[in-house]
Amino acid sequence: MEKHPKSACDSCGHFNSSNLKKLGVNTDHVDFVVALAGNPNTGKSTVFNALTGLRQHTGNWPGKTVTRAEGAYSYDDKKYKLVDLPGTYSLLSTSVDEEVARNFILFGQPSVTVIVVDAGRLERNLNLVLQILEITDKAVLCLNLMDEAERQDIEIDERSLAKDLGIPVVATSARYKKGIPELIQTIHEVANGTIVCKPHRIKNVPKHIQKAVDKLSKSIELQYPDIPNSRWIAFRLLDGDARIINAIETGEFINTEKELIN
Amino acid sequence: MKKTNNIINLSNELRWTIGEDFHDKLTEGIYADASVIAAAAVHKKGTTKKFTFDKKLDQIVTSRTWGFPIMILILSIVLWLTIIGANYPSGLLAELLLENLYPWLKSVAENMGMVWWLSGFLIDGVYLALAWVIAVMLPPMAIFFPMFTLLEDFGYLPRIAFNLDYLFKKSGAHGKQALTMTMGFGCNAAGVVATRIIDSPRERLIAIITNNFSLCNGRWPTQILIATIFIGALVPTQLSGILSTVAVIGIALLGLAFMFLSSWALSKTVLKGEVSTFTLELPPYRPPRFWNTMYTSLIDRTMIVLWRACLFAAPAGAVIWLISNINIGDVTIALWMITNMDGFGLFIGLNGVILLAYIVAIPANEIVIPTILMLTVATVSTGIAGEGSGVMFELESVTETATILQAGGWTLLTGINLMLFSLLHNPCSTTIYTIYKETKSVKWTVVASILPLIMGLILCFVIAQVWRLF
Repeated sequence: MEKHPKSACDSCGHFNSSNLKKLGVNTDHVDFVVALAGNPNTGKSTVFNALTGLRQHTGNWPGKTVTRAEGAYSYDDKKYKLVDLPGTYSLLSTSVDEEVARNFILFGQPSVTVIVVDAGRLERNLNLVLQILEITDKAVLCLNLMDEAERQDIEIDERSLAKDLGIPVVATSARYKKGIPELIQTIHEVANGTIVCKPHRIKNVPKHIQKAVDKLSKSIELQYPDIPNSRWIAFRLLDGDARIINAIETGEFINTEKELIN
Repeated sequence: MKKTNNIINLSNELRWTIGEDFHDKLTEGIYADASVIAAAAVHKKGTTKKFTFDKKLDQIVTSRTWGFPIMILILSIVLWLTIIGANYPSGLLAELLLENLYPWLKSVAENMGMVWWLSGFLIDGVYLALAWVIAVMLPPMAIFFPMFTLLEDFGYLPRIAFNLDYLFKKSGAHGKQALTMTMGFGCNAAGVVATRIIDSPRERLIAIITNNFSLCNGRWPTQILIATIFIGALVPTQLSGILSTVAVIGIALLGLAFMFLSSWALSKTVLKGEVSTFTLELPPYRPPRFWNTMYTSLIDRTMIVLWRACLFAAPAGAVIWLISNINIGDVTIALWMITNMDGFGLFIGLNGVILLAYIVAIPANEIVIPTILMLTVATVSTGIAGEGSGVMFELESVTETATILQAGGWTLLTGINLMLFSLLHNPCSTTIYTIYKETKSVKWTVVASILPLIMGLILCFVIAQVWRLF
């Protein structure tokens, strides 16, 4: 499950960076779409720049990216489109930047969602991670800002984290380009199905709510057999989320084409 | 369709069984899971010095007593270094582009047998405008932006927002407007886009309309140059840098005052409503990667802004040359417009040249000063330059710029009012277009464009009247 790419074989030029081509803004005819999500100020744009070779402006303050930025790279003959989403603390509220992120992960159905977290503030960052894992089952956790965490004497057991979350975990310091080759390789393996994720689903839910959610999500699955996130949609419907109710009414979820909605 | 309604119906039914606290219970569940997972994965080896250093620093820079003085001090240092540092390279560039390259281009054109109007249009119009933009704008930008970007990368901007949050709330605006305001110091169009982080449409509109009161990229150099010429010249040379800095800071703070004032006025009148609360996360201080920052700020900010300035300066130069060489009756269009606007201009402590320059320079604030200089030379005989209409050359440094402006009848009042008018006038066309894209409303776009212009005209008028009393 948590097939971490860091094994003995990997040190022998497995991460041949010659296979990596930074393609900048050329996003035509891609094989995979990769979304970059995460809390504000965790370095998403820095990761984005490291992968695409673009120079999306980065800054040390939360809320810097408010729109989607797109770029591309190719690795092992596959072309990846990378979408840098605005940083959000949760997917449950309604500001424009949060909607952009939420709608893209939900309706855009990216091949892989890379969740960038601040290693020094893991617990708080996990709130968003758990919400994203309810929506998608193809995700990679990018444990960024490792250099800062180390300076704060924080150690993180990546294996335990990967096991608990059910997705691969890659430690990076994107500012210093550390861990980026491993990240590219892991994205590649999740995208082509070499790594199969079994994402964590929120457990600490009272029984009567659990029952209602199960019932509703079964009925959603009956209607849309291919949907990967019936449980999350059930959560949102029960919460009375107008946008999701509207999507059910208009049949937006039936649309299996990967049409990207802004 | 019937089936989908089943889902909705079922969810409506089930909502009764789960209780009102569903949202809270779910959020609690997420937090509980997060805490369990984090506890298993994170090991902390006691608190360290680094962490407490961040806290200590924050206690000082966001303290009630020291927050504001430190903010102003940092801004002063950045501006002072810019003012002191920009003069010399500016003179050097002017010498190279205007004194050496310009006559050379002219003689090449002559040798090629180029007709007078073509060489006039290209060299006296387009080339000169470009040369002026580069000589006047590049040095301050190349010094100011890297320093500003270093502060941004270090993590100081959210602290400014933290300090100002209280004032924004008092004005009935969203605290996050402090962040969009600091973005506006770079570029108002970017500041307007950044307002997307504000959820409430009412507060977002206030932030959009008042963003123009943040002095932008294009206006900092104007302020710095005029302050150096007119304010700095009032005192002995060794003090002039400091006095110019104080003047520019004063204008920037006045902009803030106008931002609070108009936010308050809007929220009390047409945009009434409750103030929303939010959490502002203070990110950790990060040591900037010096050379990386230098490189990206030169590429991302300086070059992009300069490119934009050149892009707009070339056609503006052409327009200036054309209106200086095409006649209406027996005067040129430029002279005709300037004479017509001079009355009103002088009435409010400016002049016809400045007003015409602001019309020519609507596409970009960056080209106001070069436009003013070219128009002044085109219409006023200065004794230094004036070989032909719309032509300017042989200006070595800031002092020469001063000579031209003084020959054009400029006084200290003109300088002060130009600084004020540069702060308070309509946003550039890019920003106006961005406001329209973000608000999708012609009405609010017009309000955001006209409001600062009216304020600027009124303020200049009042200052001029008071000035003339003494």
